[in-house]
Amino acid sequence: MIKLENIDKYFGNHHVLKNVNLEVKEGEKLVIIGPSGSGKSTTVRCMNFLEEPTSGHVYINGQELTAKNKTKLVRDTTSMVFQQFNLYPHMTVLKNLTLAPMKLHHKTKKEAENLAYHYLKVVGLEDKAHVYPTTLSGGQQQRIAIARALCAQTRIILFDEPTSALDPETIQEVLDVMIRLAKENITMVVVTHEMGFARQVADRIVFMADGQIIEEGTPDCFFENPRNERVKQFLGKIIR
Amino acid sequence: MSGFFSLKAWHQVWTYRETFELGLLNTVETALVGVLLSLVLGIFFGLMATSGKKWLKCIARIYVEVIQNTPVLLQICFLYYSLAFSGHSMGIIATGMISLGIYTGAYMAEVFRAGIEAIPGGQFEAAHAQGFGYVGMMYHIILPQSIKIILPPAVNQVVNLIKNTSCLYIIGGADLISQTYNFVTGATTGGAYAPAYLVCGVLFFIICFPLSKMASAWEMNLKKRDQKMAVSVKSRKIVMAETGERKKVAV
Repeated sequence: MIKLENIDKYFGNHHVLKNVNLEVKEGEKLVIIGPSGSGKSTTVRCMNFLEEPTSGHVYINGQELTAKNKTKLVRDTTSMVFQQFNLYPHMTVLKNLTLAPMKLHHKTKKEAENLAYHYLKVVGLEDKAHVYPTTLSGGQQQRIAIARALCAQTRIILFDEPTSALDPETIQEVLDVMIRLAKENITMVVVTHEMGFARQVADRIVFMADGQIIEEGTPDCFFENPRNERVKQFLGKIIR
Repeated sequence: MSGFFSLKAWHQVWTYRETFELGLLNTVETALVGVLLSLVLGIFFGLMATSGKKWLKCIARIYVEVIQNTPVLLQICFLYYSLAFSGHSMGIIATGMISLGIYTGAYMAEVFRAGIEAIPGGQFEAAHAQGFGYVGMMYHIILPQSIKIILPPAVNQVVNLIKNTSCLYIIGGADLISQTYNFVTGATTGGAYAPAYLVCGVLFFIICFPLSKMASAWEMNLKKRDQKMAVSVKSRKIVMAETGERKKVAV
């Protein structure tokens, strides 16, 4: 489904990703964790070319992602949910949800709106269709952002720290939506610090540090018997 | 007959009012076309400056710096005389429209650049992640948000352009200032300095003042709206906090 092959990424002289190889299977829920600055976000942003790797290859459904085909290939295959939601503040919630389906996926207004109401229901915010995003709480905005990602009906959704910018009391409502989503046959790649969530939904957990994948495995394996010293340290700090 | 209160001088201005009407018409006409041209150039070079492509940025930078760092009088003379003496003169009014359009375009480009750069990077990323190409992203997502940042300073540039039509005097223009000058120094019409310049000034003021006011009113309005938005978010948070407390009390 998604394959990263020998990815290196530099920001100036800063070597952010060091020969990252990662494969995500169809329908898999992959959770990437690790300390901040470890390259988790950059890894997931390479998957839709928000960051173009300095070297290496990215494949989506076997097709190589390039600067030339990225707009089309990304449009048809992936959606993304951001840390800062990045809803369009000049549009109502409904317009946020229908813009891409209408302009990019050739849906009629009626089809796009039906789709939008369907997914607003999925995230439990069908009463917010006609308000502007800035009037909503962070948790609500992120649920809208998830609905927007769903409206594109792509097989892959990338989550880049979706709960990191939220007030503690609204984190759970977003996680609940994601947990429900995880039951569907959607490929999810999630960068997060929410260990409970990772344990609950992940098929596989990848641990990154210093721009490298240093451990990967099933949640049970990962949380109960981490092999790497660095992972043990990390988990020791986070889980008390 | 040069005093402020010389009835004869005022009468003289009234008799030749068509001179001022013509000047006003020429100024407005020049300004209108100039503004359109400057907007086209401003959008074009503003987009180039924010494109992220080095060579496009470079071209936009050169245009802006060259135009902003040379006098508009020089640009007008250059365009007019270099063409006139190579036998391709396009007339004073057209020269005015083009040179003032190019001149103001350089400032408009900066206005557009600033407006686009003020939009948070996340908006561009969201658009890219959804699969919008450059044009779709700009048209649907970025420019509609930039426009409120762009409008007030853009209107100020329009006001500047209107006033700058006076520079056409250097190539023998027929704009409001040139007409006024020709009137007060003319062999048969001359002398009524004070009333003539007063009338000229009033005419400029009547056009420019409402525009400036509109720009500042716009700005105030937007600021107020943003504040209101912030307040509504805040008050909602307070309500949430209060209900949270009430719940705690109830527990």
